[in-house]
Amino acid sequence: MGILSELGIVYALLGAAVAVLFAGCGSAIGVGIAGQAASGVVTEDPGKFAKVLIIQLLPGTQGLYGLLVGFITLSKIGILGGGIADVSVTTGLLILAACLPVGIVGLLSGISQGKTAAAAIGIVAKKPDQFGKAMLFPAMVETYAILALLISFLAVNGIQV
Amino acid sequence: MSKTKYTYAVARIRALETSLLSDKDVEQLLSCKTAEQALRTVMEKGWGDPASGADMDSVLRREEEKTWEVIRDVAPDMSVFDVLSFPKLYHNLKAAVKEVCTETDNPNIFYDDCPVPGKEMLEIIRNREFSRLPGNMPQTAAEAFDQLLHTRDGQLCDITIDKAALEAIYEAGKRSGEKIIADYADTTVAIADIKIAVRSRKTGKSADFMRSAMAECASIRTDQLIRAALAGEEEIAQYLEGTSYAGGADALRESPSSFERWCDNRLIESLKPQKYESFSVGPLLAYLIARENEIKTVRIILTGKQNGFSEEAIRERVREMYV
Repeated sequence: MGILSELGIVYALLGAAVAVLFAGCGSAIGVGIAGQAASGVVTEDPGKFAKVLIIQLLPGTQGLYGLLVGFITLSKIGILGGGIADVSVTTGLLILAACLPVGIVGLLSGISQGKTAAAAIGIVAKKPDQFGKAMLFPAMVETYAILALLISFLAVNGIQV
Repeated sequence: MSKTKYTYAVARIRALETSLLSDKDVEQLLSCKTAEQALRTVMEKGWGDPASGADMDSVLRREEEKTWEVIRDVAPDMSVFDVLSFPKLYHNLKAAVKEVCTETDNPNIFYDDCPVPGKEMLEIIRNREFSRLPGNMPQTAAEAFDQLLHTRDGQLCDITIDKAALEAIYEAGKRSGEKIIADYADTTVAIADIKIAVRSRKTGKSADFMRSAMAECASIRTDQLIRAALAGEEEIAQYLEGTSYAGGADALRESPSSFERWCDNRLIESLKPQKYESFSVGPLLAYLIARENEIKTVRIILTGKQNGFSEEAIRERVREMYV
């Protein structure tokens, strides 16, 4: 019984890990895909470096959202700044559940956004004057990462420890 | 991740596509007064290389080499482009067999930017080391070599090698596992078969001859094509109307050169959707073919102007551009 009741903090920490891990992976893959496309364009036309760099960075935000939720979770359970709180198993699982949206949506949207960014870099390669429009397509994917961040953020904040 | 292995290559090709000739550029070339002026115009667009000479042949050859240099540089796997390098490879084989059998020496007839360059091919044929050749080439080389040596019939040797080339292209297309490349290979073989049928009809060749020259493919039934060719030119056109080459039937009735133009335009048309692909080998293939197409068009314009053809006569032969 003793060990089981101490598992609460483990679940809560797992939640923070899930948020940072999955969202971070999504961003890494996304930025990687877009980076390959960006390299292709810069090989032929170094003058487009600034434009393609901006588009390449768009899938990077998911990692930051994961980091934000992970950070809030850590300070909530007291691992950051002060003593570790006494987290019950239920609360721990609640925090884990709250972290899932930003983790999973971050992973999938990061990859999708990376592919869209690679395609958008194709637009910049052929029609540099259409940069504004090209940037909007990957930015659309961002919406869903933000929605997931919002719910994870509200949920973690709302859970009483 | 394998689904995104062409990301870098496609983005680079996208950047290069901006320097492809457009229909407007072709118009500009057509309106040039002389061949020299037209050649200067393409050179101003960056064609050729100061080091390799400023005459038409070296400029165009340099452009072909440049295209393959880019593809070799960006493609993660060159084997999917076998369908495009095979014609050159089999041309080298044909040239080498003829050179060795007739004991002549002419190094300029070989292509060097293909898996077995001219010098090596000549050495292989001269020493009869056919097994060093890739794919179905060892048997083909041995067969063509014997045929030419015994019958002295250059045409027989040609059709043996040409048919082997078509079969190799078709096989390579299927093996590539990429639909666009398989389709391209199938179309190439089908169009070659149709051309064989038309020419055989004109020269009164037998069904056996056609059978030994045509290669099987999915979009054309060779037995039906042969039957149509024996019956007459109109029958060939009628047969085409029932296939996916229906649009070519009218072009064929017009003239063989307008049929060839129709074939090239159809190919470019079928490749245009590749402009919106970001992660597959398609845009690379499309770029290669688009480059070959524009080099061919520039060659037609330049030789047309050199030989004093009217603008209209050249325009008839000019191909549609990719961009």
